[in-house]
Amino acid sequence: MANPMRIRAAAKDGITEVRILMNHEMETGQRRDSAGAIVPAWFIQEVTARLNDKDVMSAQWGPSIAKNPYFAFKIKGGKAGDTVSVTWVDNRGESRTDNAKVT
Amino acid sequence: MAARTGAAVAAVVAAIAVAALGVAGVAQEKDDAAKSIEAYRQALKDGNPAELFEMAGEELWKKPAGPRNASLEKCDLGLGPGVVEGAYAQLPRYFADTDRVQDLESRLLTCMETLQGIDTRAHVEARFGTPRKDELVALATYVSGLSKDQPVKVAASHPRERAMFELGRRMFYFQAGPHDFSCATCHGEEGRRIRMQDLPYIPGKEGAAAGWTSWPAYRVSAGQMWSMQWRINDCFRQQRFPEPVYASDMTIALSMFMAATANGSTMATPGIKR
Repeated sequence: MANPMRIRAAAKDGITEVRILMNHEMETGQRRDSAGAIVPAWFIQEVTARLNDKDVMSAQWGPSIAKNPYFAFKIKGGKAGDTVSVTWVDNRGESRTDNAKVT
Repeated sequence: MAARTGAAVAAVVAAIAVAALGVAGVAQEKDDAAKSIEAYRQALKDGNPAELFEMAGEELWKKPAGPRNASLEKCDLGLGPGVVEGAYAQLPRYFADTDRVQDLESRLLTCMETLQGIDTRAHVEARFGTPRKDELVALATYVSGLSKDQPVKVAASHPRERAMFELGRRMFYFQAGPHDFSCATCHGEEGRRIRMQDLPYIPGKEGAAAGWTSWPAYRVSAGQMWSMQWRINDCFRQQRFPEPVYASDMTIALSMFMAATANGSTMATPGIKR
């Protein structure tokens, strides 16, 4: 099962800054294990973020993103008490959604 | 002709000037590199993936496990059963119940045995980076996070703690192995470095603190979370020493030497390293 993300969101002057730490191996598919076999590619492909019930960000990722990615972005709008919800889907079809309250 | 000679002389002078600049440039470059590494570390601190291991460790701490189906929540880390806040800043210490001086990881093994009824031999023998050790590293990371910003209180005042400190000091200066190395070879002199990595001078308070208060740490280049036991284990490997037994007295002694030398400094755990 996918491990939880850590999400922090802070609103200031009408801008909400969201900072996310994701827990993912992000295997490129280029690496070999000790037996010489290719370690299969396994990485996050899609990231979406919602502010309350509105989609505010979507991204398509590839294998060049580092392991345990750190991802930060800013949203116009948002205030303390709002909910930011982030979802990722990886190339195995696994996904994880976590929420955080805006402070 | 005279003009040509003049030009040649000018060229030589210019070459010397460039050479002099080159020497200054190398020193400057070193400082700049050290500064940019520091800036890089600062940038990483904001999103330290160690937080992910703290979360995983907290879950393990609270989850019933083992033959007794108990959690570790009643584990006594030295401040009483169940007190985690600030406990790591006061380890290693003497525990009357086991009649041993213990560091965090050896104490975690004790709690897994006494509270959960787990035979921890497999945990001790497991290689770092495999699931059993990952559990211990996550637990250590979680516990260490609850001592962040707390002062180190390891005075080594108990006679057994004092003896452990002395053993650690002797181990630190013990020279052996195919390269006749000791911990002191790298960490026994101010201002040493390996490539661009500054090495802390462990016998001094500042250097001991730089080491002791920053582990467990997330190593960005490896994408791995390392506990202090793992760090010490790898120091032994780098010295070409035989591999130390996990949570053995020798490893605890080295931690005691570092912690007591760093007494009074501030915990910055979990840390982040490039």
